[in-house]
Amino acid sequence: MNTMNTMSTLNFDGFGELFPEITELNKPYWDGLAQGEVRLQKCGACGKYQYPAETFCYECGAQKMAWVKVAAEGTVYSFIVVHQLYHKLLKPFMPYTVAIVQMDEGPRMLAAMLGLKSPIAIGDRVKPCIRVVDNERAFLTYVPANE
Amino acid sequence: MRNKRQRYCIVGVGNTAYGHTPGLSQTALNVLAIRAALEDAGLTTKDLHGVLTKAPTSTFPRMWAPQIAEALRVKPNIVGTLDQAGATNIGLIQYAISCIELGQGEVVAIAYGDNPRTGTRENYARARGGDGAVAGLFGTPSSYALAARRRMHEYGTTKEQLGHVAMTHRYHASLNPNAVYQDPITLDDYLNARWVAEPFGLLDCCPVSDGGAAYIVTTEARAKELKKAPIYIRGIGQSHPSWEFFRRPDLAASGAAESGRLCFASAGMTTADVDFCEIYDCFTIVPVITLEEYGFVPRGKAGAFYQEGHTRLGGKLPCNTSGGLLSETGMPGTQLVCEAVRQLRGECGVRQVKNPAVGLVSQQGGILTTHATMLLSVEGGRLQ
Repeated sequence: MNTMNTMSTLNFDGFGELFPEITELNKPYWDGLAQGEVRLQKCGACGKYQYPAETFCYECGAQKMAWVKVAAEGTVYSFIVVHQLYHKLLKPFMPYTVAIVQMDEGPRMLAAMLGLKSPIAIGDRVKPCIRVVDNERAFLTYVPANE
Repeated sequence: MRNKRQRYCIVGVGNTAYGHTPGLSQTALNVLAIRAALEDAGLTTKDLHGVLTKAPTSTFPRMWAPQIAEALRVKPNIVGTLDQAGATNIGLIQYAISCIELGQGEVVAIAYGDNPRTGTRENYARARGGDGAVAGLFGTPSSYALAARRRMHEYGTTKEQLGHVAMTHRYHASLNPNAVYQDPITLDDYLNARWVAEPFGLLDCCPVSDGGAAYIVTTEARAKELKKAPIYIRGIGQSHPSWEFFRRPDLAASGAAESGRLCFASAGMTTADVDFCEIYDCFTIVPVITLEEYGFVPRGKAGAFYQEGHTRLGGKLPCNTSGGLLSETGMPGTQLVCEAVRQLRGECGVRQVKNPAVGLVSQQGGILTTHATMLLSVEGGRLQ
């Protein structure tokens, strides 16, 4: 992955407890992140990308879903700056930005944008930045496309 | 309402104290509210054929309505708990009317009661959106703030205008002795309140509150035998954007446009017939979206409509005359039906809308996920 930004300068100790339960269905997504890439399901019938994973295509219903690596770049659809501490693990990042990213591939993702140097705006171009928790776990965040 | 055998009315409303009610169980809050509503109507538990509930948000117990029936010592023909979040408050009225039309009973109680403040508020602070925890998305305010940011971007609503929503509803609460927050607030108070999730500060958000509220639905014929003037259910509409909020094609719209269209059509009315509104105002952006989607004002204009004072008592369209979720109590919407009925009866004292004939109730739930609209009127209100 040369286009994808993989960073571990921030400390994500304990973040494993924020991860969802890993199931047969979502495992390829999380394995992908651990290996430094974003993967989405793509429908073999209609070609649409989707997230979260299902055994069928939300768009056409076909059961021909395959996992593919995607660039996962996109634009900010909306965002907030969180000041209320809801979980102790997030304390070092306060206040932090959470964005809804409209991915170029189609799905919208919720993702944190950590360590921003300047405020973002709706419509800004962003790129994925995979944050490493440990050898087995990583998660998707976004950073401005020009960083 | 059109397409029905007979007309239906709300004949009793009741509620407990709001805010912080230690010592009162979820069951007690439901039962006390229903008993108060029955008394308001001049009925007793012996008259009840149905008990319908919205499940307490904080713990979502199973088989909730049967438990409330037991605690009332009644064995109803009609029982059930509907899961439409805030829209349930109207969805249950629709279900009650359907049951009565089918001949299954005549008098139905609808209730909500919960104690998230003395009990647990964890449900309101949970992570949202599947794997939202690793994205840092916790809490209901954060999700609504994402919708608010988008709406403000699309239509130009300003932070100051949202402040006028909070100030207006608080002003009305200052006239309501049962409101949790009665101290008026200024724009400075609003703008200086601590941030929760930008663009929302503390005063954009409703409080987490204890309390119970209930209402009694019956036929027009039965209603005319009872203690107080019947309030007519003139129209109901529902529309549910559904979907996880951030994946929804239009995050910043609600179901109000379509549920309102259906409701006004079933009532044979237009927005011009409405004297006041009670709008589900869990966050300041929601009444703005709602008034615009209904068509009371063009999209992008509801913020200014609030700022210009048109939604205050004495204005063109008073909204949330008891203080709403933002200031009367954070209960998810049942209190709005009670207030609309009391306004139409003329029982609201210093916060009374002058001679209202028609009131609108807007209910929604989730993150703009569900929506229901109801029009109520006094007898003869706007050409029945």
